[in-house]
Amino acid sequence: MADTLALDLARFQFAFTVVWHFLFPAFTIGLASFLAVLEALWLLTKRPHYLDLFKYWLKIFAVAFAMGVVSGIVMSYQFGTNWSVFSDRTAPILGPLLAYEVLAAFFLEAGFLGVMLFGLERVGPRLHFAATCLVAVGTVISAFWILSANSWMQTPQGHTLTAEGFFHPENWWAIVFNPSFPYRLVHTVIGAYLTTAMIVGAVGAWHLLQDAANQHARTMFSMAMWMATIVAPIQAVVGDMHGLNTLQHQPAKVAAMEGHFETRAGQPLILFGWPDSEREETRHAIEIPKLGSLILAHDPNATIRGLKDFPRDQRPTNVPLVFWSFRIMVGMGLLMIGLGLVSLALRWIGNLYTMRPFLRWAVAMAPSGMIAVTAGWIVTEAGRQPFTVYGLMRTADSVSPIAAPAVAASLTAFIVVYFIVFGAGIWYLIHLFRQPPHPHEQGPERGEPIRSAGITPAPAMDGTAKEGVR
Amino acid sequence: MSVDLTFIWALLIATAVFLYVAMDGFDLGIGILFPLLLERADRDVMVNTVAPVWDGNETWLVLGGAGLFAVFPLAYATILPALYMPLILMLLALIFRGVAFEFRFKAHTERGRNLWDIAFCGGSLVATFTQGIALGALVQGIKVVDRAYAGGWWDWLTPFSLLTGVALLAGYGLLGAGWLIWKTEGDLQARARRFATWFAIATLGFIVVVSLVMPFLQEKFYERWFTLPNMLFAAPVPILVALLAWRLLTSLKQPDRHATPFLCALGLFLLSYVGLGISLYPMIVPPSITIWDAATHPSSQLFLLAGAAVLIPIILGYTAYVYWLFRGKVTRDSHYH
Ligand code: HDD
Ligand code: HEM
Ligand code: HEM
Repeated sequence: MADTLALDLARFQFAFTVVWHFLFPAFTIGLASFLAVLEALWLLTKRPHYLDLFKYWLKIFAVAFAMGVVSGIVMSYQFGTNWSVFSDRTAPILGPLLAYEVLAAFFLEAGFLGVMLFGLERVGPRLHFAATCLVAVGTVISAFWILSANSWMQTPQGHTLTAEGFFHPENWWAIVFNPSFPYRLVHTVIGAYLTTAMIVGAVGAWHLLQDAANQHARTMFSMAMWMATIVAPIQAVVGDMHGLNTLQHQPAKVAAMEGHFETRAGQPLILFGWPDSEREETRHAIEIPKLGSLILAHDPNATIRGLKDFPRDQRPTNVPLVFWSFRIMVGMGLLMIGLGLVSLALRWIGNLYTMRPFLRWAVAMAPSGMIAVTAGWIVTEAGRQPFTVYGLMRTADSVSPIAAPAVAASLTAFIVVYFIVFGAGIWYLIHLFRQPPHPHEQGPERGEPIRSAGITPAPAMDGTAKEGVR
Repeated sequence: MSVDLTFIWALLIATAVFLYVAMDGFDLGIGILFPLLLERADRDVMVNTVAPVWDGNETWLVLGGAGLFAVFPLAYATILPALYMPLILMLLALIFRGVAFEFRFKAHTERGRNLWDIAFCGGSLVATFTQGIALGALVQGIKVVDRAYAGGWWDWLTPFSLLTGVALLAGYGLLGAGWLIWKTEGDLQARARRFATWFAIATLGFIVVVSLVMPFLQEKFYERWFTLPNMLFAAPVPILVALLAWRLLTSLKQPDRHATPFLCALGLFLLSYVGLGISLYPMIVPPSITIWDAATHPSSQLFLLAGAAVLIPIILGYTAYVYWLFRGKVTRDSHYH
C-alpha cells in the first residue's frame, strides 16, 4: 500500500483541481444556454436590445470558457498521473465514457466556439445562432458523459469484478444509465443554470442600483429572477429525490449527511450540530423529532439506519465535512427560493427594479450558486469515501505509486499557478461585470483596428453585419 | 473474428496524436516566435491567426489522453506516472498559454499586457519542450513491473530526452513560421520567411541527429533500420525526407509560394512520425509492452469504436469547415472579427 502522506496529498490535489475546474463549467453550462436564448430573442424580435445583451455576456463567456478548458485538461491527465491503479482497473468502464465525452462534446464546443466568438460577420446570423446552440448543446453533452462516469463510481452496476480487481463491462446500457445517474444529471444541470442565474441577476441588480432606468440591466435582472422563481423550487424537489435514491444505494452517505449515528424508528431531523465520529454521536444537536424519517421515507415512524450500523471501515471518513457541506448547499437553495418568491411579490407590486434592499440582496447572492454546487460535490465525493468505486475499490488502493515529495511539489505548483491565473481571470471577470451594459455593445475585442475582413466576407449579411460580433 | 480491433485502435490513436502535433504544433510555434517579434501589432496579428481554432487543436491532446485511458489503459497507467514531472509542467504551461489568448486583450495596463505576452510565450516554450522530453523519455523505455511504473522520479531526464525537447522547439517553431507565411503578408510574412529558414535548418539538423542516435538506443530499433529485408521497407522514409527538405528550402526563397513551406514542414513531421512508428511498432510502452498487452477489454474497444466511427468523420468535417471559414490572410487592419 502506498504511504498515507502521498495518498492524502494526491487526494487533496485532486479535490483542489476538480473544485476549481467545476466552478467554470458550473457557470458556462448555464451561460451558453442563456446566450442561445438571447440570440434567439434577437432573431425573433430583431431588437438590437437583445444583441447588446448577447454581446455583453459573450465577452464574459469567452473568459470563463478559457479557464474551464485549461483546468479541464489538467483533470483528464490527472487520472493517469495520480490514480494510475484506479485508471488501470476501471478503464474498461470509465475509459469509453470519458472518451465519448471528448468525441461527442469537447470537439463540438471547441470547434464552434471560434465561430461563436468571431464568426458573426462571416457566417451570418442564422448559422451563427446554430453555432451558439451547438456550443450550448455541447456543454450539456459534456455534463451527460462525465456525470455518467461519476455516477457509475457512486452506484456501480453492469460489470463483473475479476479476481485481480479489474472491472469488465457486461451491459453498457446498465453502466451508462446506472441508478444515480438520472438524478445527478438533472440536479447538476439545474444547479449550473441556477449558478448562472444568480450571477446574471447579481450583475443586473448591481447596475440597477447605479441606474434604475438601464433597460439592459432590467432585462437581465428580470430573466434571472424568473429562473430563481421557477427553477429553485424544482431544484429542491429534485434534490429530495436524489437524496431518496442515495438512501437506497449509499445509506451510509445519507447517515453522514443527516448526522445519524443510531439506527431508530422516527429519526429526528438534525438542523445543526457537530457529528463526532470518535464518540459516535452528534453533539449539541438542534433537532426536530420524527421529521428526518418523514423526509427520507415519507413516513414519520420509518426506521432509518445510522452510522453505527456500518463497520467503521465503511463509514465516510470525514462525517462533519459531509454534514456541513450538505447544510450549506441546502441553505443556499433555500435562500434562492426565498429570492425567487420575493421577486415575484415585488413584480406584483411593481417595484422589482427599484427596491434597493432587494437589489442588494440579489447582488450578495452572486456566489451562492458556486457555493452550492461546490458544497454539493463535496457531499457527494466525501460521502463516497473511503471508496473510489463505491463498496468495491478503496481510495487507498487506487493511488499511483508516486513518492510524497513529487506530489507535494506538483500540489504546491498547482496551488500557486491556480491562484495567480484564475485569480487574475476572476478579477477580469469582475471588471467586465462592472461595465454597464449599453446600446451598441461590442463583442470580444481583438487587437486594435477592427474592421471586417478584406477577403470574402460572408454574403447575406448586409444591414445586420454592422451589428456583428467582432 | 479476423479484424484486429486493437490494431485499428492503435492506428486511430496514432492518428489523433499526430493531428495534435500537427495542429497544436503550429499554434505553439506562434508562441515560440514571440521573442523574435517584439511589436504588439505583429503579435496581435499572430495570435489572431490562431484564435478561432486553437481550442479545437488542443482538444486532440485531450482525445490522446482519453483515448489512451479508454483503449490502452496499461499504457496510460504506466506512461503518465513515469513522466509525472514533465507532464505536470506541460499542463501548467498550457494553462498559462490558454488563458493568455483571452487575458492579453483584457489586461488594463501596458504592463499587464506584457505579462500575459510573457505567459503566452513562456507557456508555449515550456509546453513544447516538455512534450519533446516526454517523447524522448518514452522512446528510451519505461520500466514496468507488475503493471506499474517501477522507475525513479528523474528517469525521464537524460541527454537524449533533452535533445528531443530542443528538437521539438525547432520543429514547432518551423510549423509556426510556416503558418505565418501562409496566413500573413507584407513585412510580417517576409520576416516569417527568414525565421522559417533558420528553423528549417535547425529542424533538419535535429532530424538527422535523432535518427542517428535512435537505432543505438535499443537493439530492436537497430534491427528495424539496418538489417535486410527491413532496410528496404524503411528506406523510402529517409529518401522522402531529403526530397521534402529540398522542396522546403527552395520554397522559402520563392515569394509566390505561400502555403508550400507549411505543407512541407507538415510532411517532415509526418515522415518523422512514421519513422518513429517503424522503430516502435508494435511496442506502445518500450521496451516490453505491446499494443496487445496494453489493450483494454474487447467489449470496451467495440463499444467505443461504434461511436468513434460515426463521430470522428463528423469532427473532421466540421473542423475542416471552421478552418475554411477563417481562411485567407490576416493583417493589421483587416481582422476577421
Ligand atoms: C445550485 C446548486 C444546488 C442547489 C441549490 C442544491 N443542490 Fe444538491 N447538489 C448539487 C447542486 C445543488 C450538485 C453540485 O449538482 C450535486 C453534487 C453532485 C450531484 O449529484 O449534484 C448535489 C448533490 C446533492 C445530494 C447528494 C447526492 C449523492 O451524492 O448521492 C443531495 C442529497 C442533494 N444534492 C440534495 C439537495 C437538496 C435537498 C437541495 C435543496 C434545496 C439541494 N440539493 C440544493
Ligand atoms: C474529473 C472529472 C472531469 C474531467 C476529467 C474533466 C475534463 C475536462 C476537459 C479535458 C475539458 C476541456 C475540454 C476542451 O478542451 O474543450 C473540460 C471542460 C469542460 N468540462 Fe470538465 N471535466 C471533469 C468534470 C466535469 C464535470 C463534473 C462537468 C459537468 C457537470 C464538466 C463539464 C465540463 C464542461 C461543460 C466543459 C467545457 C468548458 C467549460 O465550460 O469550462 N466537467 N473538462
Ligand atoms: C466536478 C465536480 C467534482 C467535484 C467538485 C469533486 C470533488 C471531489 C473531492 C472534494 C474529492 C476528495 C474527497 C475526499 O478525499 O474526501 C474528490 C475525489 C475524487 N473524485 Fe471527485 N469531484 C467532482 C467530480 C468528479 C468526477 C466527475 C469524477 C469522475 C469521473 C470524480 C472522481 C474522483 C476521484 C477519482 C477522486 C479521488 C479519490 C478520492 O480522494 O476521493 N470526481 N472529488
